[in-house]
Amino acid sequence: MNRIENIFKGLAESRNAGDTDGKALMPYVTVGDPDLKTTGQILLALQRGGASICELGFPFSDPIADGPVIESSMHYALSRDLKVEQVFNMVSELRDQLTIGLVAMVSYSIIHRWGDQAFIDRAAEVGIDGFIVPDVPLEESERLYQRIKDAGLVLSILISPNTPLDRAKEIAKRSSGFIYLMSRAGITGESVALPEELPDRIQALREVTDLPIAVGFGISNADQVKTVVNVADAAIVGSALVRRIAENREHGRDAVVIAVEQFTRHLASGLKL
Amino acid sequence: MGMNTDTEKQSKLSHLPSDSGHYGDFGGIFVPETLHVALKQLTEAYQTAMNDPEFKNEFQRHLSEYVGRPTSLYYAERLTKHVGGARIFMKREDLSHTGAHKINNSIGQAMLTVRMNKKRIIAETGAGQHGVATATAAAKFGLNCDVFMGTEDMRRQQPNVKRMQLLGANVVPVESGSCTLKDATNAAMRDWMGSSDSTHYIIGSVVGPHPFPQMVRDFQAVIGIECRAQCLDQIGRLPDIIIACVGGGSNAAGIFFPFIDDHDVKLLGVEAGGRSDQLGDHAAPLSFGGPGVLHGSRSYVLQNKDGQTSPVHSISAGLDYPGVGPEHAHWHKSGRASYTSCSDKDALEAFTMMCKIEGIIPALESSHAIAQGIKTARSMKPDQVVVINLSGRGDKDLEEALRLLDDMT
Repeated sequence: MNRIENIFKGLAESRNAGDTDGKALMPYVTVGDPDLKTTGQILLALQRGGASICELGFPFSDPIADGPVIESSMHYALSRDLKVEQVFNMVSELRDQLTIGLVAMVSYSIIHRWGDQAFIDRAAEVGIDGFIVPDVPLEESERLYQRIKDAGLVLSILISPNTPLDRAKEIAKRSSGFIYLMSRAGITGESVALPEELPDRIQALREVTDLPIAVGFGISNADQVKTVVNVADAAIVGSALVRRIAENREHGRDAVVIAVEQFTRHLASGLKL
Repeated sequence: MGMNTDTEKQSKLSHLPSDSGHYGDFGGIFVPETLHVALKQLTEAYQTAMNDPEFKNEFQRHLSEYVGRPTSLYYAERLTKHVGGARIFMKREDLSHTGAHKINNSIGQAMLTVRMNKKRIIAETGAGQHGVATATAAAKFGLNCDVFMGTEDMRRQQPNVKRMQLLGANVVPVESGSCTLKDATNAAMRDWMGSSDSTHYIIGSVVGPHPFPQMVRDFQAVIGIECRAQCLDQIGRLPDIIIACVGGGSNAAGIFFPFIDDHDVKLLGVEAGGRSDQLGDHAAPLSFGGPGVLHGSRSYVLQNKDGQTSPVHSISAGLDYPGVGPEHAHWHKSGRASYTSCSDKDALEAFTMMCKIEGIIPALESSHAIAQGIKTARSMKPDQVVVINLSGRGDKDLEEALRLLDDMT
């Protein structure tokens, strides 16, 4: 079984057994910000801090779905000449020490240039468990999905707040591992408050899919994590974490890693139901 | 227009794109899910409008009364004599209101915005021509308008920034990446992802996700429709070759498309060859790049081996873009149109020659097509006909052109 599927299965079992920690924290980090070695240590810090799965952001020159925090983090990594093969090598070297799931968040521009099959094969080889390809919507996803599935990995196609329910159903059918539900329309970034209609939206999705539901966009503190996992299966936190990494760059690697671990523990405290 | 089924003869290309927005291997919709609803709404609104005689009549009326169409097809007699080859004709888009073909598309899309009951339009701009055209259309139709522009381009194109502001538009400085057109496009797409309920995004070229490449082409096709009729009327036959500059490719698509099934008419697109054929020194994806995905569609792009968009260079800000419309990619691959490139230096020479010999100051973008047109005409017979699309006037380029000419001497 795929690692992502296993992780969610394990969480569901502990929920059924009455445990209070049956939900997942899914932080996002941009690989190579501030450098590859630090990203490796960040992944270990996320694991210690209570994350179940990490979204590995492959830096891209033109990330149209991302807000200014993640965009500038990607540009920072690219300005230091980061190459995709180095990302794969970093994951490969670290995979033995990691029990958390690793999902590649990667623009199709990069995958296409490598060649779909070559990229997926290399990802599978180094121990990446799944994909989020934000610029491949349902209409363009068929071939890519089949190749990812054949490689034993999962693919989560984004569902937006304005996605009609019958379309969400089609997306859920095409997805595997988990459903990625955006809490709000627009680009990535922190929000003060989560939308009130979120629980209803999740309830409606539950009726059309059995996959675990992860919610992302705008989640930036433990209270918001708590609100989300009250109704969903996982909370995704991106910009809030990436911002803390950027703020600590100048203080050196240890400061970055400590800040990440502290913030992850804070976020994970919101998982307790 | 372009809405027929895939069952037409193979040799015809005018039925493309497919319902899913593909031109052979190119095109499609590569954007985040958030834009699905807006693109679907746009596709429906556009198809309904194009089948509505009232919409078409109103569009024609604005083009005639406001834009000043038809633009003339001009026989460049002195240039023809000077070159000594085929007869050279020019489609005078430089005579359009706002000084370039861009206004055709902005008017069409502003009309759609009103039909969709949206009150705000956004646009990206590089040289500022599309920004000015869109600000103009916004004023005419009473819409709010935000134009995204890279800070580097704002510096290079100050007069157009002022012009847009005078027309009531808000120019939003974009300070990320290379601070040029592609970054302005990113910023506009991001805005649209959060604002599409109330806002329409007027893309300025035949790029982006479906239905933009088709829609912009169809609004620009008036250039080729007029040109075809003018050729038959003034010359008594179709031209042997049509030459147009290609950045994103909207003026070229507009003049090529109505000739696309006339297989005896050669079509030649001219990309910005810049300083050299090294990556980073030009803006010529069809000439030197390869298939890739950028800004919502699969086409030819300039990128490195990891799919990261390359820096681009051209003396012409309007051609300074790392991608090109997906339909051009298909015409290139299928062999229906050919594409070449013209260096900064050759474009500048053509710019000067055009001023001195014909009394027309062409845009630096159009100067690329003129340079190639001169080269092509020279190798042809006097009874043959070359049409060059003179896509815009060069007033906006005066300062930059004079500086560059100074540097050369």
